[in-house]
Amino acid sequence: MEIPYTVTARPDTGLWNAKVGIWLFLASEVMLFGGLFSAYIFLRLDAEPGYWPHGLLNVPVGTFNTAVLIFSSVTVVLAWASLKMRRYSRYRVYMAITILCGVIFLVVKLGYEWPQKYDHFGAYLKTSSLEKYERYLGNKHLLAEGLPPRVEITGHLHNEAALDDPKIKEYEVGLDVVYTDPTDPKMDRPHFFFVPPTEHVATIEKADVERATMFLPTHNNYFATYFTITGLHGLHVLGGVIVFTYLFFFGGITYRQNPEHLANRVEVAGLFWHFVDLVWIFVFPLFYLL
Amino acid sequence: MDVSSSVSTHAAHDSHPHDEHDHHELSFLRKYVFSTDHKVIGLQYLISGLIFLFFGFLLMMLMRWQLAFPGTRLPVIGTLIENVLGQGAMNNGVMTPEFYNSLGAMHGTIMIFLGIVPVAFAAFGNFVVPLQIGAPDMTFPKINMASYQAFFAGGIVMLVSFFVPGGAAKGGWTSYTPLSDIADKGPTYHVIFNGQTLWLIAFIMLITSSLLGAVNFIATIIQLRAKGMTWMRLPFFVWAQFVTAFLLLLAFPPLESAIVMQLMDRVAGTSFFLPSGLIVNGAAVSISGGGSPLLWQHLFWFLGHPEVYVLILPGMGIVAEILANNTRKPLWGYKSLVFAALVLGFLSFIVWAHHMWLTGMGTVVSAFFQTTTMIISIPSVIILSAFFISLWGGSIRFTVPMLFATAFLPMFGIGGLTGIPLAFNSADLYLHDTYYVIAHFHYIVAPGTIFAVFAGVYYWFPKATGRKMSDFWGHVHFWPSLVCMNCIFLPMFLQGMLGMHRRWYDGGQGWTLASEKVWGVSGFHWNLPISIAAWVMGVAQIPFIINFFWSIWRGEKVNDNPWEATTLEWTAPSPPPHGNFLEAPVVYRGPYEYSLPGRDKDYTMQTEPIKEGERVLHEPTMSLGH
Repeated sequence: MEIPYTVTARPDTGLWNAKVGIWLFLASEVMLFGGLFSAYIFLRLDAEPGYWPHGLLNVPVGTFNTAVLIFSSVTVVLAWASLKMRRYSRYRVYMAITILCGVIFLVVKLGYEWPQKYDHFGAYLKTSSLEKYERYLGNKHLLAEGLPPRVEITGHLHNEAALDDPKIKEYEVGLDVVYTDPTDPKMDRPHFFFVPPTEHVATIEKADVERATMFLPTHNNYFATYFTITGLHGLHVLGGVIVFTYLFFFGGITYRQNPEHLANRVEVAGLFWHFVDLVWIFVFPLFYLL
Repeated sequence: MDVSSSVSTHAAHDSHPHDEHDHHELSFLRKYVFSTDHKVIGLQYLISGLIFLFFGFLLMMLMRWQLAFPGTRLPVIGTLIENVLGQGAMNNGVMTPEFYNSLGAMHGTIMIFLGIVPVAFAAFGNFVVPLQIGAPDMTFPKINMASYQAFFAGGIVMLVSFFVPGGAAKGGWTSYTPLSDIADKGPTYHVIFNGQTLWLIAFIMLITSSLLGAVNFIATIIQLRAKGMTWMRLPFFVWAQFVTAFLLLLAFPPLESAIVMQLMDRVAGTSFFLPSGLIVNGAAVSISGGGSPLLWQHLFWFLGHPEVYVLILPGMGIVAEILANNTRKPLWGYKSLVFAALVLGFLSFIVWAHHMWLTGMGTVVSAFFQTTTMIISIPSVIILSAFFISLWGGSIRFTVPMLFATAFLPMFGIGGLTGIPLAFNSADLYLHDTYYVIAHFHYIVAPGTIFAVFAGVYYWFPKATGRKMSDFWGHVHFWPSLVCMNCIFLPMFLQGMLGMHRRWYDGGQGWTLASEKVWGVSGFHWNLPISIAAWVMGVAQIPFIINFFWSIWRGEKVNDNPWEATTLEWTAPSPPPHGNFLEAPVVYRGPYEYSLPGRDKDYTMQTEPIKEGERVLHEPTMSLGH
């Protein structure tokens, strides 16, 4: 006996095998990302006032990446539709665009967005020293406005040696624009367009600092969840790109044997791709906008 | 089918005349190591799972020495371990506290994730489910192979972790943070090759394996049922595996997310599970803080509780098959059993926090989880009651599988009923983390699931090999095991009620609580009889091991349906060829048509067409699919 329903649907369920498989797999994936997103909620609700940062990510770049992914979700459907119409060369074109979109997404994410974070510096101040840096923080103003306090000063670290060298006693930080005039709401985060750190350099003594690092996963729980979730999502994008590339180069063999089989494979890979897209639709507002 | 006719079919399919896969003989590697055949994969899971079960039991036998004779030199074996693992494990033949913790953590991990799940779910599921639904194989044979390989790799990593500096993970099978986050860390440890990190990496492999397996099982049951095999004609074992697969599919990923986060905590220095102001060895730790240890517990138990049903449901499925077969009458309340299993599966997702009464979640949360926990006992009781009632009025054949299956019923009953005090948070505040808890869940998994596993091995052995395991050595295996199980776990209820803590390294010697006497013996001194029973039980498994291997080659040859059973796997040749059935089976009736009136034999196989004028018993009223 051979395994039935590998290409044609079973009459009573109306599904071929791989389609059942991919939906089950996606159900499992929902629970995986669900676990991570519930960690996000848990940690964010638990965070002390002022310890969950806002507006640190580049919104236009994130929007661009969102558009790229949504666009690729359209092209993968068109690739599938082309196969259904038995137009193989058009399928190749749409598949190539999809792969390209996936690669663009990864390049923007790993080549631009992440490194921009590693290059950004933040110093959490000791509670006893907050008063000393009031002119950067503007906490009295925030208190009067009923807003959570600022406990961190961020910007471009001019003396990077200070991170490792215990002999250097202070950090020289080219302040982010919000700290140059902390009482002006226009200067406050979030900015829709990216605003680079200013040339206004503040000296922060290490003795006043609770903890200072670049924007790495270790910096705070916001970046820990950001890097973990976008990293895992990036792995999924990479997986999708690899599968699409395989289908792009070797799909012809399957197509010549049974075009419907290739269409099914593209459909299954496309379902996965839509899921990856959907996860991003949650990631984008949670980290970039809220 | 009588013996002579089955022998002739045997001869017929030995040559496999029409199976194109056998035209070219597969190499040994392709046939037994990198096989995509569900039966071979099932046997791979079975053998490796049984080895892990025995290994996990060996770890416990070592711990029982420390509990019975704390601080005493372990003769011979102690020196041996000291030579292999060094003085960190055994100091002059005396077990170190760190090694004791490693043994405890690895005993739990290995027994559950490398022993029972692979055997009860993956091995029996792989071997039996496609046969019982009349399928040629699993839907995705290559993924099935990948599932076993991921499991195998995870098992190897878990074993390797014993040999890295600092030894295997010490955080208990639950790996509670923040302790497990900060364990095995520091200048003397490798960043990856340390016990806890390897534990996490092994888990990612095991979760991958279970994901691939679960997808395969569900897709197979949905897609590959034979013609006429409606949902209500599925044997209960298939239903049990179906629900189990859903539990694994949906409950494991949140743990995987938690494991990824703990891995980030340990390797990348994040603080998902580390609170602010954490002090370790008198010094503040350089972390961002702000994490939540409770988050780990929630994510862990979100897997951890469905996992309990992953452990027990396949066992119940096996017992159901064997009960119906040996009582020679239909399983009582088949439909109630099916719906109870489904409800059980659903409810198991919303009871997890009853493992966390002591964390101070608050009374509202506790009240909710206490209520759902009470509700989940209802489907469990339905299932067990249906099994007991199935015995009523049967002319029972006490075969070896039936002995184990019958023993399962009261043993699981004890385990289940003693869980009720733990479900109430007021009672649990006292019993939490005592030996009472140990006794409770071991009654469910040890004389419960493991007995069901043994029952299954004896029951389906003839299908896998064409030979039967020896009855005599089966009895020699069963009776001491049953007695020892109870000698081990019954006294633990007493110890627990004294308040003896489950993680005491010295067995309670230094604690006032453990010096109180029950039945004239102090809590601490109960350790010795328990340990002796555990060691005797270890010896009692030797007949099984010998019987198992001896019977593969020398066991009594039997026909294709030696138990005179009704389900589809017994229509296939023993052992079934690649592709399973000589021709596609067609199903005409329910799974347990034993002792139908007006027939010359007391079992009617699912493939026997309904005769004209036959009064149809147990015909499903609810039809899902054709």
